[in-house]
Amino acid sequence: MDNNILISVRDLTKSYQMGEISVHALRGINLDIDEGDFVAIMGPSGSGKTTFMNLLGCLDKPTSGSYFLDGINVAEMDDKAITQVRNQKIGYVFQAFYLLPRTTALENVELPLLYRHKMSSKERREKAMQALEIVGLADRAKHYPNQLSGGQQQRVAIARAIVNDPAFILADEPTGNLDSRTSVEVLELFQKLHSQGKTIILVTHEYDLSHYALRIITFRDGKVISDAPNLDVHIASEDLKKMPQLDIEEEVL
Amino acid sequence: MDIISIMKIAFKSLARNKTRTFLTMLGIIIGVGAVITMIAIGQGATKQVNEQISSMGTNVIMVVSNMSNTQSRARQAAGSGNLLDEGDVKAIQENVDGVLYVSPVYNTYGQLKYGSNNWRGSITGVDVDYFLIRDLSLEYGQYFYPSEVESGAKVCVIGKTVADNLFVGEDPVGKTMRIRHIPFTIKGVLKSKGASSMGMDQDDIVIAPHTTTVSRLIGQRWKFMTIIVSAISKERIPMVQEDIMNILLTRHNGTTRDDFIVRSQTDIAEAASAVSNTLTFLLASIAGISLLVGGIGIMNIMLVSVTERIKEIGIRMAVGASKRDVLLQFIIEAITISVIGGLIGIIMGWSLAVVLGQTMNWSISVTPWSILLAVGFSCAVGIFFGWYPARKAANLNLIDALRYE
Repeated sequence: MDNNILISVRDLTKSYQMGEISVHALRGINLDIDEGDFVAIMGPSGSGKTTFMNLLGCLDKPTSGSYFLDGINVAEMDDKAITQVRNQKIGYVFQAFYLLPRTTALENVELPLLYRHKMSSKERREKAMQALEIVGLADRAKHYPNQLSGGQQQRVAIARAIVNDPAFILADEPTGNLDSRTSVEVLELFQKLHSQGKTIILVTHEYDLSHYALRIITFRDGKVISDAPNLDVHIASEDLKKMPQLDIEEEVL
Repeated sequence: MDIISIMKIAFKSLARNKTRTFLTMLGIIIGVGAVITMIAIGQGATKQVNEQISSMGTNVIMVVSNMSNTQSRARQAAGSGNLLDEGDVKAIQENVDGVLYVSPVYNTYGQLKYGSNNWRGSITGVDVDYFLIRDLSLEYGQYFYPSEVESGAKVCVIGKTVADNLFVGEDPVGKTMRIRHIPFTIKGVLKSKGASSMGMDQDDIVIAPHTTTVSRLIGQRWKFMTIIVSAISKERIPMVQEDIMNILLTRHNGTTRDDFIVRSQTDIAEAASAVSNTLTFLLASIAGISLLVGGIGIMNIMLVSVTERIKEIGIRMAVGASKRDVLLQFIIEAITISVIGGLIGIIMGWSLAVVLGQTMNWSISVTPWSILLAVGFSCAVGIFFGWYPARKAANLNLIDALRYE
């Protein structure tokens, strides 16, 4: 494994002002994440993992500390530059999918490309189709989110996350709204993307799912309490074979 | 991101919510349409009044005795009354500087008959100058002569409508028609002047020498004269008006300025256009209010739309939309609604004005400035009422927006 450091976080803190009291959500985090890694961030609710994810995803700014992404301190960037980072360096996968309603799968996947730079609509379409092929939904390109099952919607969201070829994929509880088999299918997709060289950061509170990552970081009370390689990496495609096939085909046309 | 791409996004977003877009647009459509129609009607009325007044002739001054005052003096001794007479005409002609033409005018109605054809016509008894003052030209034939006026000859000139109705397919010139059983020889036919604004047919006239009109048709006892004068130039009109009034006052003992009305064409035009301008203004302000209401409608919908789409805004910002992109998207949506609404409004307003003009027989006039006003206003409404919701959208906190339910 190469040791090209992608993310480097030093003394990162975040506190919120709640009336009179200030809540320290993160109390000094130090972390490095290598390029091509597959990291699971674990922790119970209130542990600070969501806050940490928001900072990693540049959705929020730290109170203090530094966050180097690809060698650049994102914590010191202005809004405009951060917008660029969000667009080009990070691919988000959210628990609730966050697809635009009344918008086809293909158009949803195109969205990050729209905000990038001048690109012909043909080129955009091709890139979005490639991403949909990777997640195995090329035949659903013209479907609207409400015509897709939960698993399919999440795969569209993953296609949207990879379409801009970001530095890493940030998945926040991506299986929280899915049944267990579909969850493992999504993880299978992440493992596949990882095998193709993508860096993946998976935030979850489900212990089972963390087994598909290579490294498990556990948060508690705003601090990292453990950070270790996963010694028992599960292969999602193997697990799927052992799981019972669902009777109902969950596709809605 | 470039403006074209944002426009595409805004258009797509509008297309995705067709009903909402249309309903928002409706306010602007009605507002702009109303402005265009109302102004068209108001301007049409103004234009028509002006045309009618200028069709009276050039530099015309009308002299009328004020009947309401005359009646109040009915008990006064004979001879001290203020009815105008031929002496006044003569005095104006001879003693007032700057007078070009003068003619007495008597009006009466009567049955016209030629062969078996009947027509009820209006007869105007005048001197030969009348044709010059009113700028009446002949279609064919000739005017009557001063000598015929002097001798009280039974001759006349008729308008096109009279000619068409009494002399179907015949040349009226040289023919004799009867006015209240008295035979009049027709000397000429006037060129058509068309209908006036009140729907009156200006070609439905018979013009005869005033002498003949009084002696044969009206009778000395019932005659009521008005005098029509034309001044040599527009600048001389006020002076001529004043001189006429003075002559009338010296010629009629015991009368006051209130007993006569000496009114110029400009006076009439000013009074009339003041009325029609007030009308235009009134109509336009009513329409303007509906445009304003349309604008507030846009703001309402855009505000609701921002709230409804908080999550969408969050998603867009998460995948790389900047504040500026979101701001522009919402402003463009608002402007698009108002511009397209404005364009449809122009088409609807224009069509409505034309249809109204035809069915109600109103004169309408769609002026470029009313279109500019309506379009300018609807754009302004779009930017003004779109800006606040757009700012609200752009300033949303990303995490709050994403978590919004």
